[in-house]
Amino acid sequence: MELLTIDIAHVLAGALLLTSFMLLYQDRMSGLINIYTLHAVILSLSVAWQAYYQDAPHLYFTACIAAIFKALIIPFSLRRIMKRLGIHRTVEVVGGVGITMLIGIFLVALSLVVMLPATASADPLSREDIAFALAIVLLGLLMMVTRRNAVSQIIGFMSLENGLVLAAAGANGMPLVVEISVAFSILIAFIVIGIFLFRIRERFDNVDLSELDRVRGGRS
Amino acid sequence: MTLLFNLMAQSLQMLLVLALAPLLIGFVRKLKARLLRRKGPPIIQPWLDLIRLLRKEVVLAENASWLYRSAPYMIFAMIWVAASLVPTFATGLTFSWSADLIAIIALLGSARFFLALAGMDIGTSFGGIGSSREAMFGSLAEPATIMIVFTVSFVAGTTQLSEIAAYMVANMELRASVGMALVALLIVAIAENGRIPVDNPATHLELTMVHEAMVLEYSGRYLALIELASALKLLLYISLIACVFFPVGLASHDAGAEAMMIGLCAYVLKLAIGGGALALFETTTAKMRIFRVPDFLGAGLMLGLLATLLVFVTRSL
Repeated sequence: MELLTIDIAHVLAGALLLTSFMLLYQDRMSGLINIYTLHAVILSLSVAWQAYYQDAPHLYFTACIAAIFKALIIPFSLRRIMKRLGIHRTVEVVGGVGITMLIGIFLVALSLVVMLPATASADPLSREDIAFALAIVLLGLLMMVTRRNAVSQIIGFMSLENGLVLAAAGANGMPLVVEISVAFSILIAFIVIGIFLFRIRERFDNVDLSELDRVRGGRS
Repeated sequence: MTLLFNLMAQSLQMLLVLALAPLLIGFVRKLKARLLRRKGPPIIQPWLDLIRLLRKEVVLAENASWLYRSAPYMIFAMIWVAASLVPTFATGLTFSWSADLIAIIALLGSARFFLALAGMDIGTSFGGIGSSREAMFGSLAEPATIMIVFTVSFVAGTTQLSEIAAYMVANMELRASVGMALVALLIVAIAENGRIPVDNPATHLELTMVHEAMVLEYSGRYLALIELASALKLLLYISLIACVFFPVGLASHDAGAEAMMIGLCAYVLKLAIGGGALALFETTTAKMRIFRVPDFLGAGLMLGLLATLLVFVTRSL
């Protein structure tokens, strides 16, 4: 029974990692938002399972916040932003998909190599959850680096934040206040980024961030 | 007496895969037609086609060498052997000591090699295109398969397929790495069998065809053998997925005739589910551009790598 509980937590964390890779692989805006929704749903399932495993009822609350904000409100407003900005096209990727995937694998291996020895004394579930969470954070960063389009960079940022929530849920005894404040600060960040997005678009007529280089007087 | 029974079970398996493979193709075609609200040919149509092809005269190109004529026999033999080594209704059959996963992959790889050679032998441009595309896909699909094999055999502690299946029956457990290996194997199976997102088995469109381009010059009994071999390959992949990841109902070799009958029913049911899922998937997706296929297969390779990495994480072996 004990083993099965740990197994389910692992499968959920592994599925979260898999969806992170699907985000890296996806090359259409609408598909990207759908997979991000899936990412958030799996995250809330995973947090709810942690709540059951650790017998910590406040984590159910975190799972609800994740489900409502990340799986409903943010995808909905991302779709609206997409419609208002008129971008339905494919996502421009810096470098090929294959190379990005390979770098992603290296990042996962790196986070496993770093995290597993560093947390050797922790209990097995939270220890491996933290390794997965670091991998998801690094993949989110990678996605932000390899995309030109600002909307897909937002999705990278949001998936990075999902990794943080996974780590926070895995750590025993994280107070509720911290989780709620993190969730709300992310929401505020999302709103601020959204406003910036419209400003960028007003200025340059598209949301390709390589345009910013021109203003700064950099390359290109 | 036991030996006789074991030999009978083994030969039953060999004949079973041979008999079921064209029926599986027919079932998938029928289901696809029904999903498109068409009537579709009867399920035994592939067998009728094969018999008709066997009776036809062979037309050979003038510059066809011995390789071209012997390749169909070799391809068919290799794939039939590989398909009858995969446990279908029972584990631990008489020849299962040779059912090593790496050997099965080597058999499939050699069959692919001969198919590609035969495609180039006549010297037509289609054959060359098909062979070069097949080599491109193979160079990505085979490392992915090897990674999946590593994952599964790390989990079960052996590369012998029968023992892996027995282990999976005995310890039903959830593992993130095995789940990823399953997804990777599905991707590889779709690509290896030339099913829809990668290659369309029903058309002769020169821009996209891979398998068809290589066998375009074959006729008569050679074509029948090649078609039968490709049907067997589809059956092999479905039974591989069924016996490693869903080994429900699989009998062990000493369980007696009754358990084997249950295993047989479960196997036919699993084939029907696999074929149905394939038909549903093929009607809902569109074929991708040929230059997108390396990305698709690269995702499979990446998942295999990830699965192998995760074996070391979950439960630390």
